[in-house]
Amino acid sequence: MNVGTFILVSAIKTVIALLVLLTAVAYTVWLERKVVGHIQNRWGPTRVGPFGLLQPLADGVKFMFKEDLVPPHVYKPLYIAAPIIAVVCALTSISVIPIGNWVTVGGLRTPLQITDLNIGLLIILGITSMGVYGVALAGWSSNSKYSLLGGLRASAQMVSYEISLGLSLIGVLILAGSFSLREIVDAQAGSFWGFIPKWNIFYGGQIVAFFIYLTSAYAETNRIPFDLPEAETELVAGYHTEYSAMKFAMFFMAEYANMITVSCVATLLFLGGWHGPLFGAAVLQEILPVFWFLLKVFVFLFIYIWVRGTLPRFRYDQLMAFGWKFLLPLAIANLVLTGLIVALRS
Amino acid sequence: MLHYTLFLTFGAICVAGAVNLLIQRHPINSALSLVAVMASLAVEYLLLGAEFVAAVQVIIYAGAIMVLFVFVIMLLNAGEEARTGESRIALLLGIPGILTGAVLVAWVLEHAGSPAVAAGALPGSPRVIGWLLFHDFLLPFEVTSVLVLIAIMGAVVLASPAAKSISEGTQN
Repeated sequence: MNVGTFILVSAIKTVIALLVLLTAVAYTVWLERKVVGHIQNRWGPTRVGPFGLLQPLADGVKFMFKEDLVPPHVYKPLYIAAPIIAVVCALTSISVIPIGNWVTVGGLRTPLQITDLNIGLLIILGITSMGVYGVALAGWSSNSKYSLLGGLRASAQMVSYEISLGLSLIGVLILAGSFSLREIVDAQAGSFWGFIPKWNIFYGGQIVAFFIYLTSAYAETNRIPFDLPEAETELVAGYHTEYSAMKFAMFFMAEYANMITVSCVATLLFLGGWHGPLFGAAVLQEILPVFWFLLKVFVFLFIYIWVRGTLPRFRYDQLMAFGWKFLLPLAIANLVLTGLIVALRS
Repeated sequence: MLHYTLFLTFGAICVAGAVNLLIQRHPINSALSLVAVMASLAVEYLLLGAEFVAAVQVIIYAGAIMVLFVFVIMLLNAGEEARTGESRIALLLGIPGILTGAVLVAWVLEHAGSPAVAAGALPGSPRVIGWLLFHDFLLPFEVTSVLVLIAIMGAVVLASPAAKSISEGTQN
């Protein structure tokens, strides 16, 4: 593949990935409103289009045409930069996520991801760890009490839970022996006794790691039951209290894009990525892996929303104690045990 | 060629960030300049082929340590620093000093005799780094980790209520 083709293929894949991600973000919001609505015994959006399906479109138009208010007391450069940092970090981390196997289009063989790096997982962790700045700076530059408290809470919480999140992934890395997301998924092919898939969640005690990851991921994305940075009952809206119109929408998009990234990573690392039963014609065999991947991600997003409709919020000291005194030791114990198993087996 | 251009660009961003760190008066702007320095350093590592070090640089320095810096600045709500009267001695000695230092470093690097490293030529994969850390440099690695552990324990002891009451007791 020469340089011109490479750039063209990369550009096409980037545009497709961006469009798909943004659409997914919009419809995750719709799904959340719908599901939470039904959990709370109401309908959710119904007016715009069938089943309210055009609601995200209407919301997007509303955000764009609303007055973009900049309060006079903010520190302007960082106030404007913060939502941009948040949304850029959230959208970039999708670039190393593979959604399926290699495909051949017009004699050109290319993987179903923007780029395959052998440190793919570290890139995702690095970019998401930079995303904290968006939230922290939004809280600080707004120059308001609620925003500052929200920003402080968010940065403390994200830094704390990042540790157990990272440690929960190392067990999987030890089993796969690689940082490349594609190789991690390839290591999970096949099955035990012909029917239990060889996914990491069933293998090497990684089910503990899976639940540590799940919990930490909820805290990382500031979602219920860890949504203290934007606890409505005490902080109005937390770090984005002073934001309006498109800047507010950017934070909103960042939150949902992060949810999708987190679900993709969980699918790739614990649920075997695009592996699943293959059957039917050759064309179907090409499409099925992508379908399995998207289905698993959808299940994750659904659990996210389900949890939101079910659990109450933690108290702040409970949140910190849970992260440091329970999740972190558990993650370290899991890591030691996995290392021991792998060392004894080799 | 592309490597070379990128390397120089991010080197320039790195130096610009470092200078901005010094001339900014608000601590949060200085801290963010430091983040830019760390991030562009990570890109330099990546261009040299040390991909693992680059990723760790972003995760640890830019993503964890600097977040704590920003966190503390936010918590203390530190305002703009006042400029003290410019020190004439610093101006007279500092700038020639920096220039001499830069020239010396450049001269030493030019004449050290070690071969120039091509961009992306060094082995820096996680496997190589892991082998070096846990095989060739195992003892220094373990000693460093014990040192870090001692520092953490020291911080815990200093911050614990018991230590506070002891120090108050001796003051009374």
